[in-house]
Amino acid sequence: MLTFTIRRLLLSIPTLLFISLVIFLLLQLAPGDPMAQVPLTVPPEVKQKMREALGLGQPIYVQYYKWLIQFFWVEPQVFLDWATRDTFLLGWLPDTNFSTFIDPDSGAVRPVQRTISWQTRSPIMDIVIQRMPQTLWVVGLSYVVGILIAIPIGIYSAYRHYSLFDQAGTFVTMVGFSIPPFFTGPLLIVVFSVTLGWLPSIYDTTHVVTDWASFKVQFMQMIMPVMVLALQTTAQISRYMRGAMLDNLNQDYVRTARAKGLKESSVVMVHVLRNSMIPVVTVIALGMPAIFGGAIITENVFKVNGIGQLLLTALFANDLPMVMTLTFIFAILIVLFNLIADVLYGLLDPRIRYD
Amino acid sequence: MTEQAIPASPIEADIETFGALVDKEPSKPPRSQWFDVWQQFRKHKGAVFGGGFLLFITLAVVFGPFLWDVDPKALDIRNKNWRPIYQLLFDNEAKAGWAHPFGTDQLGRDIMAQMIAGGQVSMAVGWLAMALALVIGSAIGVISGYFKKLDFWLMRFTDLVLSLPILPLTLLAVTLFRQPLNSRFGPEGGMFILIVGIIGLTSWMQTARIVRGDILALKEREFILAARSIGTRSGKIIRRHLLPNVISPIMVSATLGLATAIITESALSFLGVGFPSDFPTWGKLLSDAVSRMQEFPERVLLPGIAISLTVLSVNYLGDGLRDALDPRLRGR
Repeated sequence: MLTFTIRRLLLSIPTLLFISLVIFLLLQLAPGDPMAQVPLTVPPEVKQKMREALGLGQPIYVQYYKWLIQFFWVEPQVFLDWATRDTFLLGWLPDTNFSTFIDPDSGAVRPVQRTISWQTRSPIMDIVIQRMPQTLWVVGLSYVVGILIAIPIGIYSAYRHYSLFDQAGTFVTMVGFSIPPFFTGPLLIVVFSVTLGWLPSIYDTTHVVTDWASFKVQFMQMIMPVMVLALQTTAQISRYMRGAMLDNLNQDYVRTARAKGLKESSVVMVHVLRNSMIPVVTVIALGMPAIFGGAIITENVFKVNGIGQLLLTALFANDLPMVMTLTFIFAILIVLFNLIADVLYGLLDPRIRYD
Repeated sequence: MTEQAIPASPIEADIETFGALVDKEPSKPPRSQWFDVWQQFRKHKGAVFGGGFLLFITLAVVFGPFLWDVDPKALDIRNKNWRPIYQLLFDNEAKAGWAHPFGTDQLGRDIMAQMIAGGQVSMAVGWLAMALALVIGSAIGVISGYFKKLDFWLMRFTDLVLSLPILPLTLLAVTLFRQPLNSRFGPEGGMFILIVGIIGLTSWMQTARIVRGDILALKEREFILAARSIGTRSGKIIRRHLLPNVISPIMVSATLGLATAIITESALSFLGVGFPSDFPTWGKLLSDAVSRMQEFPERVLLPGIAISLTVLSVNYLGDGLRDALDPRLRGR
């Protein structure tokens, strides 16, 4: 199992390199000049100097290499320093000092050069770390909620095949599958915020949970974004769950289990369910890209200032370093969840492991 | 022992025996495969509805402008903010009328005409992007299933593309490549090419995988061996023997592709990176209406329902097609 995991882990490195190359080349091939925003009064020779300072004159592979170094070497160092200095989890460790170097000219201790956002002139990763929890909370919770709703629906629909519940469930999941989040979002806002006035339509990220009342506020404002995202997950997963259960319910081993006098509950909930979970787990993990895509839209609808919203504002502000980093972070999240899917698949199905 | 009637002559006996074997009715022509598929397809009510609705909406956006010849871009500021016609049912004072059955927007443009025009764009993007994805997906699937040497690399490539963050990349590509394409093909044409291209290039992977799997299984069958043994070239085998046999998975993934393409286009328009602002598409209409949806909920509802119903019908169509084309999967 360990070698299987390590092999998968190693395989994800070329994937990430490929994705980073695609993102990088996309930005390189794109026409458009990073210096376009510089005023026309700046003389051409100064512009040329600025261009060189940005590293634009160098060949593409050098630029790519430098970007990789920046992302995979410099930023983790800074992160490690921050983690050992300021966080609760790793703060007990001795403070590390990877992210500074001694200037050979003056002998002074200086921080390393980090990737800077063109909008805010502050390090990109600092902003991302501020924004990340919101996205992960909303996306993560919606996924958990979606799975918790989807699996019982899938099981019961398959168990009572062609029953009224099954028919209704199939219809509802089909509808949920088809309605895009940018329609359900405004729809829910109209119904629950405007007409009924039950829930806030804007997600307040500055809200801090301290006691029961503030937790309730947090809960109320999370309902709609989470449910919009969860609808898609629920629809997709319950369809797969139903299909997988149907496949397994007609197998010989189920008849054997019933024939030897097992209780119906243990036949369905233990024997059939465990075998049906194998494909469903993969679908759950592979659905992550779609969920992060949906998160961009949901964050836009409910004004959650997570990384999806950050990506959009950066795109409109033509903040290329930020866009590049964020797209790559989305890619890392996707690759990570694919990896988890693979490992879980191996755990659940020994045939894969020994392949 | 019972007495049996002894036939008068052996010839007569033959005729009698033969007569018992002949069918009473005139023989029917053999049932074709596609007739069976159609029979099966008709049993799936959702699929028939879905197919019907898709046909209806396609015809509506194609022939709509001839029946409802109001210019979707014509401003009529005196008649702005009309409500849809059904508003008259509960409110006699409402600004509504048959001149604008779906009402008008804040600049007095007719919403029905905009819906038709927007539908044209959305459906055209959907069909073309789906066709592009199908061509790429089938080609890669067939090649990697048929030629063993290329299989490994093509499938690795497919896996890599599958793990790309599609929506962020699409957003990125649309914003970056908008300018040059706009200057060459005009703002609408450029954006159309761009969106169709990007959706097509990022949604072929599922088709490729499914087609490859089927080709791998088909390749080992006897009829391929027979074709090869009489000296048929690879290209001919693929065109004559393999492609017709994988047409059903291709059709099923076509429906899925159409649904995804329509949703992606609308999502791009909704996020404000799609078509230029005065160019109606369903997603654009929806996103423009969100800011005033308290007063005019119908402006969100109409395009939203159009998108959702189209996608729903396409999904049902795909479900029915899968059932019809693969009887083993019936009832999923």
